[in-house]
Amino acid sequence: MLVQYFPGDSLLHRLDPRTKVAVVLSAAMSVLTAANWQGFVLAAGLVLAAVALTRLPARVFLRGLRGLWVLLAITFLVQLLLTPGEVLLGLGPLKISREGLTAGVLIFLRLSLLILAASLLTLTTSPISLTAGLESMLSPLQRLGLPAHELAMMMTIALRFIPTLLQEAQSLLRAQRSRGARFSAGGPANWARSLLPLFVPLIAGALRRAEDLATAMEARCYRGGANRTRIRGLAFNSLDYAAGVVVLAVLAGSVALRFL
Amino acid sequence: MFIQVTGLTYTYGRGRPGESRGLSGVSLEIRKGEYVAVVGPNGSGKSTLARHLNALLLPTAGQVLVDGLDTALPENVWEIRRRVGMVFQNPDNQIVSSLVEEDIAFGVENLGVPAEEVRERVEEALALTELSEFRQHAPHLLSGGQRQRLAIAGVLAMRPSCLVLDEPTAMLDPVGRRQLSDLLQRLNQSRGVTVVLVTHFMEEAAQAGRVIVMSAGKIVLDGTPPEVFANFERLGELGLDLPAAAKIARGLKRRGIFMPDDILTAEDLVREVIKAAR
Amino acid sequence: MSPVIRVENLTHIYSPGTPFEVTSLDGISLEINKGEFFAIVGATGSGKSTLVQHFNGLLAPTCGKVWVCGADAADKKVRRDLWRRVGLVFQRPEQQFFEETIFEDVAFGPKNMGLNKGEVRERVSKALRLVDLDPEQAGKQSPFQLSGGNMRRAAIAGVLALGPEVLVLDEPTAGLDPRGRWQLLDHIESFRREQGITVVLVTHNMEEVGARAERVAVLNKGRLALQGTPREVFNRAEELLALGLDLPAPTALMRKLREAGLPVRADILTSTEAEEEIAKVLSQRGTALRI
Repeated sequence: MLVQYFPGDSLLHRLDPRTKVAVVLSAAMSVLTAANWQGFVLAAGLVLAAVALTRLPARVFLRGLRGLWVLLAITFLVQLLLTPGEVLLGLGPLKISREGLTAGVLIFLRLSLLILAASLLTLTTSPISLTAGLESMLSPLQRLGLPAHELAMMMTIALRFIPTLLQEAQSLLRAQRSRGARFSAGGPANWARSLLPLFVPLIAGALRRAEDLATAMEARCYRGGANRTRIRGLAFNSLDYAAGVVVLAVLAGSVALRFL
Repeated sequence: MFIQVTGLTYTYGRGRPGESRGLSGVSLEIRKGEYVAVVGPNGSGKSTLARHLNALLLPTAGQVLVDGLDTALPENVWEIRRRVGMVFQNPDNQIVSSLVEEDIAFGVENLGVPAEEVRERVEEALALTELSEFRQHAPHLLSGGQRQRLAIAGVLAMRPSCLVLDEPTAMLDPVGRRQLSDLLQRLNQSRGVTVVLVTHFMEEAAQAGRVIVMSAGKIVLDGTPPEVFANFERLGELGLDLPAAAKIARGLKRRGIFMPDDILTAEDLVREVIKAAR
Repeated sequence: MSPVIRVENLTHIYSPGTPFEVTSLDGISLEINKGEFFAIVGATGSGKSTLVQHFNGLLAPTCGKVWVCGADAADKKVRRDLWRRVGLVFQRPEQQFFEETIFEDVAFGPKNMGLNKGEVRERVSKALRLVDLDPEQAGKQSPFQLSGGNMRRAAIAGVLALGPEVLVLDEPTAGLDPRGRWQLLDHIESFRREQGITVVLVTHNMEEVGARAERVAVLNKGRLALQGTPREVFNRAEELLALGLDLPAPTALMRKLREAGLPVRADILTSTEAEEEIAKVLSQRGTALRI
């Protein structure tokens, strides 16, 4: 789901990760709060402009959407079929209303834009920059006892292992099905039990990986965040200030449009 | 003397029921620049021994000195691990980042090296392991052999004087195995890196300058590959094999055809058989 | 000998019609005979894994035909039940354990077959004995308490317990020490003979192919590059090397001897054969025997 870093030299690649987080958050806010078509145009405009600025091929973004198409399809259908109102089309017990159609399309657009916005962040920000940015943003909370470095490190490692664990889950699925496992048969009680052959080995495997990885990290002298340097530093430049201004403008615009 | 192991004993689950001896009174010395292969059946203690060389495990009894530093002293641990890098069997479980060049940087960053130098060292490691073209790739898209080279690059960037590898080729295909062997030879010969390779592939052991055979927590044979492979029966008892060339040479000798004792590779055997045919 | 598996012009495409489309298999045709020891080799990415997943119904052909045990795998109903007749053991099968005892885990397959308790018990005991593990102990031990080699065998028992007519194993000896590898292959050979099971071995290890396989298929980038007995295939050494594959060490050695001028046969499969052949040729040349 969270797409892999795609190296490049676009405007977005050159922004400080913290700026990008701010851009994504404000895009998300404007997407979620858009209440009329003007609000939507502003939100979509920001997201799509940012996507265009990455100068990355469209298929890269499509990959992120493709991963979640099930979620998108389900939410669309739920809105479409369960929203009461003026009936446009009836298929037995299922009724598609005008309000349902509108609601379905709206939620589909919102979710797609949110996914695109999130992809913006992960596609244009290398893992170390992302971790550094997160750590930096969380560091004020360190005074309150929050382990900023450790949390940021956990996130980087989790991101790195998502594709690996997905691959492993697929292998497990195939292996257990080769012994006759059925993952969809029976009622809810059976369904949970039928997932054991998938989840137990997956989790056991993940724990084994964690132990191996910890050993490897220690062998490479990892001892927490103290005294660590970074291959890439963090610094704001004029691009970031410009982006900051755009972000504020969009936020102001979204709020204003709500009261139209 | 780079590594000195004296009377090393390691007990698993010390003091608990089911405690077992991993190593029993092992003593050995490894000189700077040596290329040592450690072989033995599963359970012989070779991995356990390897992990004592960078203080991942501490002796129950006995002592391990690395470049003069005692592994049992906590204040030495990080310096020891900088000088002795370790690579493990599963390439995936050593990779920390989803970007090749950033994963290589991980170890160097842990040393507190300034950013500019980190970049330099990453470049160097990429070149040494021939991964420069993959610098901005995602590790999970690389082949198994490439990922293992990435793990090595991550360790090399820390500029260790010794590389310990625990069955690094067990999960690789023949191409990957060969590339790794070649890399280790290069590192040892042109850069003088001390190499300690734990393996059960005898072809790999044949490439080392010295072979140590372990069984049940003890060292049972120690010498050059020809010296060790001469103990055919003993190796057979341990369930170990000889490289094909050495096996065939032995067989020919048994049939009365003269073969020198130090045949290890196909090239050696071809040369000697052609000689015998004249 | 009748083919227990027949593949005709098999093509498999992942994600067809999307920008992520990948042709994994391209027009493969081959036959595997009943009771045979058949090896499938190829570099990583050659399609070996995709091919064998058609044998137990996990995958359906995009084009072409696959017949398993006489039934056409294009039929969904056939595919749904193929796992009962064709057992597929994936790489590192010991990573699939999920039950508390070895016995329970090996019983997973038979239980899914709908057998009653007594039949399940019988199947499990038999499967465990076939791989030299004690059924009594199996009821009390966790799979994780076993050594690496034994875990592997317990996992294979889990598939044997299905009582399959065909056993497909993907790199079954990967990660085992030399003794472990030899013992496992011996076990496979013995239950092939005793139970009359057809064995399909997917492997990188050319020595194993030379020593055990009766016939071998070489895949390259989704296509069938070579097929025949090990001797026939290894004789086409240049092609194998061009595909990025190795010869077994003894075979490669004999080739080098030929290149150096000694007229030895190059279709040698094992070290013992190599030794015999070299000795024979040397004595023909009147090489003096020095003791």
